[in-house]
Amino acid sequence: MGPMVGEESVQEGAAPEATWAGAGRARIELRDVHKSFGPKHVLRGLDLTVRDGDSLVILGGSGTGKSVLVQHLIGLMRPDRGSVLVDGEDLAALSSAELTTLRQRFGMSFQEGALFDSLTVFDNVGFLLERLGTMTRAEIRDRVFECLELVRLEGTAQRLPSELSGGMRRRVGFARAIAHKPEILLFDEPNTGLDPVTSAVIDELIIRMREKLHSTTVTITHDLRSAFTIATRLVLLHQGQIAAEGTPEEMQASEDGRVQQFLSGEAHGPLTDDEEAEREARRE
Amino acid sequence: MTRALNDFFAEIGHFAQMFWDVLRWTPRRPWDFGELLNQMVRVGVLSLPVVLLTALFTGAVMALQTYGVLARVNAESFTGSIIALSMVRELAAVLAALMIAGRCGSAMGAELGTMRVTQQIDALEVLATNPVHYLVVPRVWATTIVLPLLVVLSNVVGIYGGYLVSVVLMGANPVSYIDRSFQFMELADVTSGLIKAAVFGFIIALIGCLKGYRTRGGAKGVGNSTTKAVVAASISVLIVDFFLTKILF
Repeated sequence: MGPMVGEESVQEGAAPEATWAGAGRARIELRDVHKSFGPKHVLRGLDLTVRDGDSLVILGGSGTGKSVLVQHLIGLMRPDRGSVLVDGEDLAALSSAELTTLRQRFGMSFQEGALFDSLTVFDNVGFLLERLGTMTRAEIRDRVFECLELVRLEGTAQRLPSELSGGMRRRVGFARAIAHKPEILLFDEPNTGLDPVTSAVIDELIIRMREKLHSTTVTITHDLRSAFTIATRLVLLHQGQIAAEGTPEEMQASEDGRVQQFLSGEAHGPLTDDEEAEREARRE
Repeated sequence: MTRALNDFFAEIGHFAQMFWDVLRWTPRRPWDFGELLNQMVRVGVLSLPVVLLTALFTGAVMALQTYGVLARVNAESFTGSIIALSMVRELAAVLAALMIAGRCGSAMGAELGTMRVTQQIDALEVLATNPVHYLVVPRVWATTIVLPLLVVLSNVVGIYGGYLVSVVLMGANPVSYIDRSFQFMELADVTSGLIKAAVFGFIIALIGCLKGYRTRGGAKGVGNSTTKAVVAASISVLIVDFFLTKILF
């Protein structure tokens, strides 16, 4: 297993509030990434760098390829063209065994939880810890209960995923993602379907992971309140490319019409005009 | 036509890739003997009633069919030989394989298919666990180990089914029936049937897992994978049976 977060994985003195500006080394780099599904060209020459200590939030309308982008970051999808580098290593050049080892640096929380339905909550959260075999049973038990407490799910350890609500499943997925203290955390819509209080708890956890454990996080969310709470940097994905990028303050002050439309939630504007023009072009 | 050919060769390619992945990931740690045992119980112990029932009635029907025909040429005493050799060399392995394809190949296709469409297989990858290593390897080896064991029991039960009909219904002499059953049998007849069973087990589980692993779409995709797993495994068993028979005898 790679170094645990908080041991030696982060540059000395990289205070969270300074890291967004690009002070940290590049952990993940996407270079000219293209991805199509049949005739639909989802990612169109996308360039993106995620730096050490970043809390990057990816914004964008539904169907703009945010989940596809995140799946490229961890090698669940391979680009049709372009490359994805993690700590300088091109994912396409790695064998499946090397990729498996590299993924120990990651934790990912899926949109619908993606819990193993034949395993209990306890076994789900402790899954990777058991597989790695580097901790005793007592240590695993303590860590699992600690993670469940963090997501306010004490007392659910012996339940099966089918006995949980959607929001609870998502929180178990979150606990599973952080259990091995990964260096890089990917969150696919962590707040969707959660009540405001639990949503705020999850936001707080993401911030704490970054500040205390120096984790690098990449989050997809539609929840703007949450996005501006957790982000050190935001990007707006539009038509398969990064349309705008900046700190929360820069994004709020942006004069880019696309950013303004997205943040204000207007039904008409440059974003929808572009989509309409694309639909017209496809029809022709 | 071109597309059908493309799909066919793509399937062959996926099968070869999965075959290679299973061989490659088998010796790697961690070895999950618990899951191997669990799969052996699911494929073996839980399939025992259906496999043995099939063997019992196959032996019984064969006795009904052959006894009368052989009696026409006063050769009814050879009924036991025919049933025993047919079961041991051919029928027990093929019928058990077809039953396992229907019962377990489909279950593997559905289980892995559901895991695929609910992102559980993606989650495995994210949790630094190779899905072939964790899901496919134990299923394939469990089926490969268990199917010959089921065939051993099928042989016994199938021969007993023939004995019951011949002796109880048709009035054959029990001592000469048993004597004749094993008179012409050689060890190679038994081992060849067991080799066939092991190969069939490997193929059934590999195809079932492959179809599930490559599932696309939602519930409909899982349904398609399940159907394809049974059909492809059953047809493969019959085709491979021909070539194995040619090689082994």
